[in-house]
Amino acid sequence: MSSTVSTSSQNEGWSGGNKPMKASYGKLMMWFFIVSDALTFSGFLAAYGFSRFKFINSWPIADEVFTHVPFIHGQELPMIYVAFMTFVLIMSSVTMVLAVDAGHHMKKAKVTFYMFLTIIGGLIFVGSQAWEWATFIKGDFGAVKTYGGNIIQFVDADSDHRVALKDFAQHIPSERVQHESKKGIWFMSESTLSSYTLEEVIQGFKASPNLVVRTQIIEGNHKTVLSREESLRVLRENGSYVVEGANLRDNEYGTPLFADFFFFITGFHGFHVFSGVVLNIIVFFNVILGTYEKRGSYEMVEKVGLYWHFVDLVWVFVFTFFYLV
Amino acid sequence: MADEHKLEIFRGLIKFKSNTQKIWGVLILLTIVTTVEVVLGIIKPEFMMESFLSMKILNWVFIILTIVKAYYITWDFMHMRDETPALRRVVVWTAIFLICYLLWILIQEASYIFNTYDQGYIKRDF
Repeated sequence: MSSTVSTSSQNEGWSGGNKPMKASYGKLMMWFFIVSDALTFSGFLAAYGFSRFKFINSWPIADEVFTHVPFIHGQELPMIYVAFMTFVLIMSSVTMVLAVDAGHHMKKAKVTFYMFLTIIGGLIFVGSQAWEWATFIKGDFGAVKTYGGNIIQFVDADSDHRVALKDFAQHIPSERVQHESKKGIWFMSESTLSSYTLEEVIQGFKASPNLVVRTQIIEGNHKTVLSREESLRVLRENGSYVVEGANLRDNEYGTPLFADFFFFITGFHGFHVFSGVVLNIIVFFNVILGTYEKRGSYEMVEKVGLYWHFVDLVWVFVFTFFYLV
Repeated sequence: MADEHKLEIFRGLIKFKSNTQKIWGVLILLTIVTTVEVVLGIIKPEFMMESFLSMKILNWVFIILTIVKAYYITWDFMHMRDETPALRRVVVWTAIFLICYLLWILIQEASYIFNTYDQGYIKRDF
């Protein structure tokens, strides 16, 4: 190879020492990482789209799922809290880019301050996400799962609003307790029992004449509501067990795939935010210690900034596809 | 490095005096877009519920607004506007090409599976 190299080409790029596309090595590699990570996230979101189009007429309606705002109880406020979370993340992106800008001007105090705000923003976001998860896992109304794997929910026939199991299920005394490995057969256990048994729900349903069953199937822009007779029949013949909240197997709002993708995608994004906060903290302390001042360049802030903006960018898409569309 | 920023958005319609000012300008833009999205999501105007290219018009609006936001985050917060055209193309077109392919093939397949279900080959509960 070396025999073909002419002396003039040594200054033209392959001998090192120059910057392809006028970007430093670190920045270029950060961009390449971002492209590959963007493809990972689009893989997830495309898989979500796949499942959604596969079940296009029975997918849960996000507005009915994420209706909670911390400290405000008993009101349905779809999207308000996620909009707040989005704003927090965009805001922390702004403080990050201000930190980068201050770094260009070598203003250490300003970089420190803006990095601090960015970290706070990131922590608020991760905390909000944890709260969002907890609310989703806990659920609010409860539903019944059928043998066929579908979810049936209970609504008031007049108002069309969902009714919680605790408002109509009857209490039937029973001896059934959760089987834990320390109490029963040592190599077996079962998941937490639901607050009500199926029989309690069925008896309660029979005793409340204004209740009807709502299925997963969407007609027009609404879920199908069955007649009273049909509701009773479906509940009795197809009802398998009571579902409260959401986990990887059951989801009281509809297909379990919705919950699976929610946990997986927002979880993966939350993990990115978390790693971003850790990186930001490391850079924050380096700024305080004067590492970049000595180095003569705040480029590390810029590189971490690229990652942080990317996390914001991904959230913009997650927000759209999970909460809006 | 400090003063190499391009300080105009909307193809020169709005010009900013400094990079800091541009950042706040872009924040205002992103906030307006997000607010529009949330308001549309809560109101759900009736005329936007019509189906267009197998999706509701409202959903198309959301996706387009999302891409608008993505553009400004990448261009102004990640300083893509100030990079060389080569770097811009390497990053953006690679991602766009691969994502479009992935989306097309998966969504296409999903619609097919839906139709198979819908025409009664699978026993449903109801």
